[in-house]
Amino acid sequence: MPSIDQSKIRNFSIIAHIDHGKSTLADRIIEMTGLLTSREMQAQVLDNMDLERERGITIKAQAVRTVYKAKNGEEYIFNLIDTPGHVDFNYEVSRSLAACDGAVLVVDAAQGIEAQTLANVYLALDHNLEVFPVINKIDLPSAEPDRVAAEIEDVIGLEAHDAPRISAKTGLNVEDVLEAIVDRIPAPKGDPEAPLCCLIFDSVYDSYKGVIVFCRVMDGTVKKGTMIRMMATGAEEEVAEVGYFGAGQLIPCEELSAGMVGYITASIKNVKDTQVGDTITDKNRPCREPLPGYKKVTPMVYCGLYPADGAKYGDLRDALEKLQLNDASLFYEPETSMALGFGFRCGFLGLLHLEIIEERLEREYNLDLVTTAPSVIYRVYKKTGEMIELTNPSNMPDPSEIDYMEEPVARAEIMVTTEYVGAIMTLCQERRGVYLGMEYMEATRAILRYDLPLNEIIYDFFDALKSRSRGYASLDYEIRGYQRSELVKLDILVNREYIDALSFIVHAESAYDRGRKMCEKLKEEIPRHLFEIPIQAAVGSKIIARETVKAMRKDVLAKCYGGDITRKKKLLEKQKEGKKRMRQIGNVEIPQKAFMSVLKLDEE
Amino acid sequence: MRRPLELYIHIPFCVRKCLYCDFLSQPAGEMVQHGYVEQLLAEIDRESGYYQEYGVVSVYLGGGTPSILPAEDIRAILDKVRACFFLEPGAEITIEANPGTANLDKLKAFADSGINRISLGLQSADDRELKTLGRIHTFEDFLKSYQRVRLAGFSNVNVDLMSALPGQTLASWKSTLRKVLMLKPEHISAYSLMIEEGTPFYGKYHDHPELLPSEDEEREMYYATREILKEHGFERYEISNYALAGFECRHNIGYWTGVEYLGLGLGSSSYLQGFRFRNEPDLEAYRKIDFRSDDADWRLHQDIAELTERDRIEEFMILGLRMTRGVSGSEFLKRFGQNMWNVYSGVIPKLVENGLLEVESPYIRLTDFGMDVSNYVLSEFLFDR
Repeated sequence: MPSIDQSKIRNFSIIAHIDHGKSTLADRIIEMTGLLTSREMQAQVLDNMDLERERGITIKAQAVRTVYKAKNGEEYIFNLIDTPGHVDFNYEVSRSLAACDGAVLVVDAAQGIEAQTLANVYLALDHNLEVFPVINKIDLPSAEPDRVAAEIEDVIGLEAHDAPRISAKTGLNVEDVLEAIVDRIPAPKGDPEAPLCCLIFDSVYDSYKGVIVFCRVMDGTVKKGTMIRMMATGAEEEVAEVGYFGAGQLIPCEELSAGMVGYITASIKNVKDTQVGDTITDKNRPCREPLPGYKKVTPMVYCGLYPADGAKYGDLRDALEKLQLNDASLFYEPETSMALGFGFRCGFLGLLHLEIIEERLEREYNLDLVTTAPSVIYRVYKKTGEMIELTNPSNMPDPSEIDYMEEPVARAEIMVTTEYVGAIMTLCQERRGVYLGMEYMEATRAILRYDLPLNEIIYDFFDALKSRSRGYASLDYEIRGYQRSELVKLDILVNREYIDALSFIVHAESAYDRGRKMCEKLKEEIPRHLFEIPIQAAVGSKIIARETVKAMRKDVLAKCYGGDITRKKKLLEKQKEGKKRMRQIGNVEIPQKAFMSVLKLDEE
Repeated sequence: MRRPLELYIHIPFCVRKCLYCDFLSQPAGEMVQHGYVEQLLAEIDRESGYYQEYGVVSVYLGGGTPSILPAEDIRAILDKVRACFFLEPGAEITIEANPGTANLDKLKAFADSGINRISLGLQSADDRELKTLGRIHTFEDFLKSYQRVRLAGFSNVNVDLMSALPGQTLASWKSTLRKVLMLKPEHISAYSLMIEEGTPFYGKYHDHPELLPSEDEEREMYYATREILKEHGFERYEISNYALAGFECRHNIGYWTGVEYLGLGLGSSSYLQGFRFRNEPDLEAYRKIDFRSDDADWRLHQDIAELTERDRIEEFMILGLRMTRGVSGSEFLKRFGQNMWNVYSGVIPKLVENGLLEVESPYIRLTDFGMDVSNYVLSEFLFDR
């Protein structure tokens, strides 16, 4: 196979705010470069998983290689690297961008710039990528391409007067984007003869091939038989196959050389050995130093996952094991709860990641789960000088043993239209935010900057943000570090029994308020029983709030004659089924969703 | 002795639909009513052919308001039943009637046709409450009808009453009970209002339970019912049914004890030879069935389901326990060849311990508290799917 002319390669990604049309543009590019017939096109080629399609977001970075015959008559190889579009996956985004030489910035002609647009553009510029803007959705009646072009120039400082104005949906002017990719995105550099230096930007597990590593070759050449070494994890293997990405399939080739994007398989058994951001080199002829920017991804949010049916514990373990094969950032370890029995403490990148995993477990593995309230990692400094990282509130040491505690803090940027600035500032204050500043982007929009404790963000902050801004606010954040904080463990007692799975850690000042709301919420969630049920919130031995579920006095069908029997029996069956979805704790049956109720305390 | 069979005959017509009613019934002209009776007679002719080894122990003419039919129609139906089935001597034959729908002559004709029990729908002795329910009569109308029923010679009379009505108080309910008791009926059915889907009441009250008496008030009414009726010699024999000794409704007890029944007429249900099924509920479709053709049964019967032994055990329990005498472990053993105490070893002791069930060997029965929350208790007797 003749080696590929580097000057004819374009490695790029598309960056955009959620819903601004990234995936649709990717589809059009793939379609117009003729790799697939229209019939083969599914609605969105890059989004493999059903789940992603439904949520309208891309979870895992993936790549596709297409061939474009430009107006100058030359054929170009496009490697389009897709990036996840959510703040939980910021690190993955940065590694995907590092594999590119340029980026297409898609901005919605009606909505303009959003917080995530900015975050991603800055991330791309940090990686010295050539970024050019495209104004999408010009077919919408509310489109204002001139205003948006001006906004791009003012706010980001990118030349936008000649930005392609397109409709990815209809295909209008998408040709201009293809030409701009050829003209404006630089060809890769790198020496194919130099020692191998190759960036991992993703990996997936395949039961036949083992781990498939997605990578960009920076320098050198890799082919079947090369002994490779992952510089951070130290894993070593012999390459079994290299190739590039067709649409939805792997196409093997002879070799991958400097500037190319493709995959490597080497009978690696665990994605943990092929961490995103790590550098692959030739074991026998290593490069001098690894590529910059690698960091070990650590879960930020923890919660307990329990099978609703205790007998499904083994199934849950197998499912987590399988999911982890493809998701190195998912953490789990067995734990036991007095209330919920055997389950797992799981760690996630963020709340969205948690929700995605939970949904996949329920949908793909048919598991019925009970999820406990999410928690961040708290640092508990004991009087003995020992420090423990606390991921499960019920493991918090006795307050008398604690010297002080720290909690993680995020630096948040919230973009909001000016009419809601007041409401959002109030929200941030309620959530213990420290105001850093505000910038007006234009007359009607502003960016608010706050330091917010991460535990405040994971308690339904997104929902509160959306509801208080009528959907107009967007949030971007990154973890800044730890800060000392007055934290207490709030315990819940149902019918005077302590329910470990309902404990959570909260700032001392909000303990009373949250305890009260939690009791109110549980009062709604717990059905009436044959006896009265007190629900109490306590800090240590002090009861700070109480509600009572009154005893059931009546549950009876007055009439049941010949024609009613079938229908009435169905009613009783439904009632019995309902009982099964409850957790029996002492004498009280608690519905599974009650364990998540701490998340819904902000309802106004 | 012949195998016992109960007949339920449905008359789907009424003067006007009440606001809470979810029964298969509607107002209709005389022609439609007459055509329906003709069709019903043809159905009896046809269906009776399958049940010649049975002896009919009870007939129940329900509705709707069967008493709005002319006396000749009722007579024709009962004559047809007698001609086609073996009617046991002393069979209980009930007709439902509403105040204002039958004069003395008609009632006498009913008695003459063999009807020996009348069930009168009163619901309340308070005219305001009657109006809220959308009833067509006043309490005064009821008094006149009741008088006529007695004059026509009926000695087994039920009065239907409803508690937990919108605007009803404990005092007004007690007053309804006392007024009715002065008339000395033999049987009283006292139901708590159920808000059924598809009724005007559903739209009005389903999302506004605060417009109805509270759960506590409703229970007070229920307790008062039992107490007051007991003072007058009435025993509660089922969740909502009370009778003087010997006047319990045999037909309804049949439903709760697994006696086979054949439903005749629009939308009526049957339980026969281990199968449950239902007649065509659409009046137009029902009228078009040709009972002389081969496919009549196929067109008439719907939702045919064979009950497994598990189903039969479950129903034996959930229906039997509605009655205050409860269910008998000996009867269970006789019917199913299994020991009830073993089959429900995980259920009965727990319910007894919680004060919901009491044991008086060989019977188990609901306690008063168990009656209050009978759905909770009965659902425990269903097996895991």
